[in-house]
Amino acid sequence: MLAVRNIGISFGALKAIDDVSFSANAGQILTVIGPNGAGKTTLFNVISGVYVASHGRVELDGEDVTSLAPDALAARGMSRTFQNLQIFQRMTVAQNVMVGRHLKERRNLFADLLRLPSVGRQNRETREVALQLLEEVGLADKADVLAGDLSYGGCKRLEIARALATGPRVLLLDEPAAGCNAVETEEIDRLICRVAEKGIAVVLVEHDMKLVMKISHRILVLDRGKFLAEGTPDQVRENPVVHQAYLGNRGAKEVQGA
Amino acid sequence: MRHWRREFSRRHIDIGGRYASMSEFLQFFFSGLTVGAVYALVALGFTLIYNASDVVNFAQGEFVMLGGMVTVFASAAGVPLPLAALIAICVAVAVGLLLYWLAIAPARGASAVSIIIITIGASIFLKGGAQVAFDKQFHKLPSFSGDAPIDVLGASILPQSFWVLGGTLAAVLILYVFLEKTLVGKAVLATSANRLAARLVGINTATIMALAFGGSAAIGAIAGILVTPITLTSYDVGTMMALKGFAAAMLGGMGNPLGAVVGGLLLGLLETLGAGYVSSTYKDGFAFVMILVILFAMPQGLLGRRTVDRV
Amino acid sequence: MTTLLNNRYAILAALAVVIAVLPFTFPSNYYLRVASLVWVSAFAAIGLNVLMGKAGQVSLGHAAFFGIGAYSAAIGPAHLGLPSWASLAIGACISGLLAYFVGRPILRLKGHYLAIATLGFGVLIALVITTESRWTGGPDGMPVAKLTVFGWRIGTAYAWYWLSAAFLLVGAWIALNLDDTPTGRAFLALHDSEVAARVVGIDVAALKLRAFVIAAVYASIAGSLLAMMNGFVNPDLAGFQHSVELVTMVVLGGLGSIVGSIVGAAVLVVLPQALTVFQEYENLMLGFIIIVSMVFMRDGIVPMISKLIARAR
Repeated sequence: MLAVRNIGISFGALKAIDDVSFSANAGQILTVIGPNGAGKTTLFNVISGVYVASHGRVELDGEDVTSLAPDALAARGMSRTFQNLQIFQRMTVAQNVMVGRHLKERRNLFADLLRLPSVGRQNRETREVALQLLEEVGLADKADVLAGDLSYGGCKRLEIARALATGPRVLLLDEPAAGCNAVETEEIDRLICRVAEKGIAVVLVEHDMKLVMKISHRILVLDRGKFLAEGTPDQVRENPVVHQAYLGNRGAKEVQGA
Repeated sequence: MRHWRREFSRRHIDIGGRYASMSEFLQFFFSGLTVGAVYALVALGFTLIYNASDVVNFAQGEFVMLGGMVTVFASAAGVPLPLAALIAICVAVAVGLLLYWLAIAPARGASAVSIIIITIGASIFLKGGAQVAFDKQFHKLPSFSGDAPIDVLGASILPQSFWVLGGTLAAVLILYVFLEKTLVGKAVLATSANRLAARLVGINTATIMALAFGGSAAIGAIAGILVTPITLTSYDVGTMMALKGFAAAMLGGMGNPLGAVVGGLLLGLLETLGAGYVSSTYKDGFAFVMILVILFAMPQGLLGRRTVDRV
Repeated sequence: MTTLLNNRYAILAALAVVIAVLPFTFPSNYYLRVASLVWVSAFAAIGLNVLMGKAGQVSLGHAAFFGIGAYSAAIGPAHLGLPSWASLAIGACISGLLAYFVGRPILRLKGHYLAIATLGFGVLIALVITTESRWTGGPDGMPVAKLTVFGWRIGTAYAWYWLSAAFLLVGAWIALNLDDTPTGRAFLALHDSEVAARVVGIDVAALKLRAFVIAAVYASIAGSLLAMMNGFVNPDLAGFQHSVELVTMVVLGGLGSIVGSIVGAAVLVVLPQALTVFQEYENLMLGFIIIVSMVFMRDGIVPMISKLIARAR
């Protein structure tokens, strides 16, 4: 579904991402791990078109989408969430998700300016879809709360609901469980699995090793912008390169304990 | 001889359909440099404040106005010119500090655009204040060392132009020495590099910002004093000065002191040569066409750095 | 009260009541003229609020479009023999098109770069208006033909009061309509997080351009109305200070609040009128209001009031 080939980006002399390749398949969860500064978020930014790649290719279903803008990528079925929460603070929770339906809606400036009856009808349909998605992520009761008033965990789930609203085939999730407590992490964990079961290719960046090992189909390990290892959770767990060269002693224990 | 030069120029330096001569060009060049030096000082003031506090100070031009107007009125009251100039600088510095303490510091945390609007408000306020405190007339200062033009390669240069150029050079050098060689100057540089880190190592960043406003006001006032004998002054010269100075700072790349000076000189030359060879009625337009061209073509300016949004 | 402030029909009804009742409280035609001035300025401010308050993009050169509208209303009848109302429409088209072409490169910029680019654009337009005196009368300005609709000449203070109020109601209705439509939601999204808006598929550049064009058309129409109402135009209408006043109306009233734009316009129009005795002090007062309101009422008047009401409950 999503194929990334020899992708790289440099900021001045710094090679933030250097020659990384991987592919993500429908219905599977691919997790990208690596220590702080490994370039995980930068990788997401390059794939989702927020940054422009210095070299390499990104393909969606065989189509080259490397230098496309994020909105063009969204139209082709790629959506993402952000590590540092990018919710629309001044809108209600439901409206946030409705924005996610942007591409699925008829958008006619003059119809909107004059508020033709069709606009109202479409609004009700969009809200209906948004409420369903909120139900799915467990925020149905917060639909008409201002998004800025949500808890941290709530915001994380709202981002997922908004990304799902675009009807993606590829979903990039940047640390969806960061800063969440055990119960919330558990919920997000189940949510991600449900998303994958729908046939969406999920690419995940996550620090919580327990979560990673439990739900990932494949794991990609990055270190300082470079490819280090890839494999199933078991393969990565057993991989001495990952242990020694990257995770260090403490991290290695964490992985084995998970 | 003159006839020959005409012929030469007609064949070789035919710009904009006019017959330009070398001396005419030099004339434009020197007046361009003079105007440019003033823009450079205003741009330098912008840069100082921008670096210390991220504030784009649209009231920068009012310091230039204050420098000129206070000197005019003090010397009209019988104060000797050097003392009048000193008083003007002190007044401008006081206004700069008050601007920081009363309007900028209390608005900490507001958006960049809100702060811009505050400084525009301050600019209108100071303009209104000058209109009440002084008057709405144009005023002139006597040239510092006479009005007899000096002949340089066929171009006649006003002695005051040398004062402007020399004064600018001196101001730039003093600022450079201050920033690079003194402890307080280094604190200013540290604050501009990273405010949080500067605070963590014990620098009082509020004081540094106040200092930047004061220093910037002094630089603006000096520009105003130096240029008033050439261009006249009135209560409302500040707005245009601020806009041009900003264009110069932008041209050089926001936040780069050297860029500000280069940008100012370039803008002055561009404006004077443009007015001389292309269209004098649109003289004021060149700065803004320049702003737009620079922003469209290279949003970081000539000497600026690229930045990347982090998400 | 807060829910009323969010219902567009309640807002429009309240506005209509205010408009209908006000003339009965006015002791003289002078007040009618000031009120008309408020409605026209509010009309421009509402448009600018769509750009600044909804889509989150600043324009420090918006008076340029106001000026284009004003001078269209002046030049159309005077030089080209066009009817006034057609000149108003043509001015709006010119402004819209200009905004469309200038907006493309300008709106790629952000923060103070955007502010300075729009400012530069505004100053250039004002400069052209001041310089091309063969068409515009130069710095002294030019007279404007009175508006005639179906042979009916609109000249009295009453006629202008109702006409400007009608425009304001329609303008407010259209701006309020945007809330909770795909376009309106996309504006707000872009304001809160541009990158998130792009990621859900919003073509941010096209959207900003739409907001810019809408704001330009509003300003242009307001400019034409003011020109025809005053019977006179001068380059100050397109000048930097007028741009700042328009921005201040929007910010003072409250970014994103349509009612706020009307309140902001009222404050900025009425205050100088009330202070005409101290005409010398007009700049001083204007600067003071701008500073104080930006420092102490960052949200603007109307959002502040609705917050206070919400807290009092």
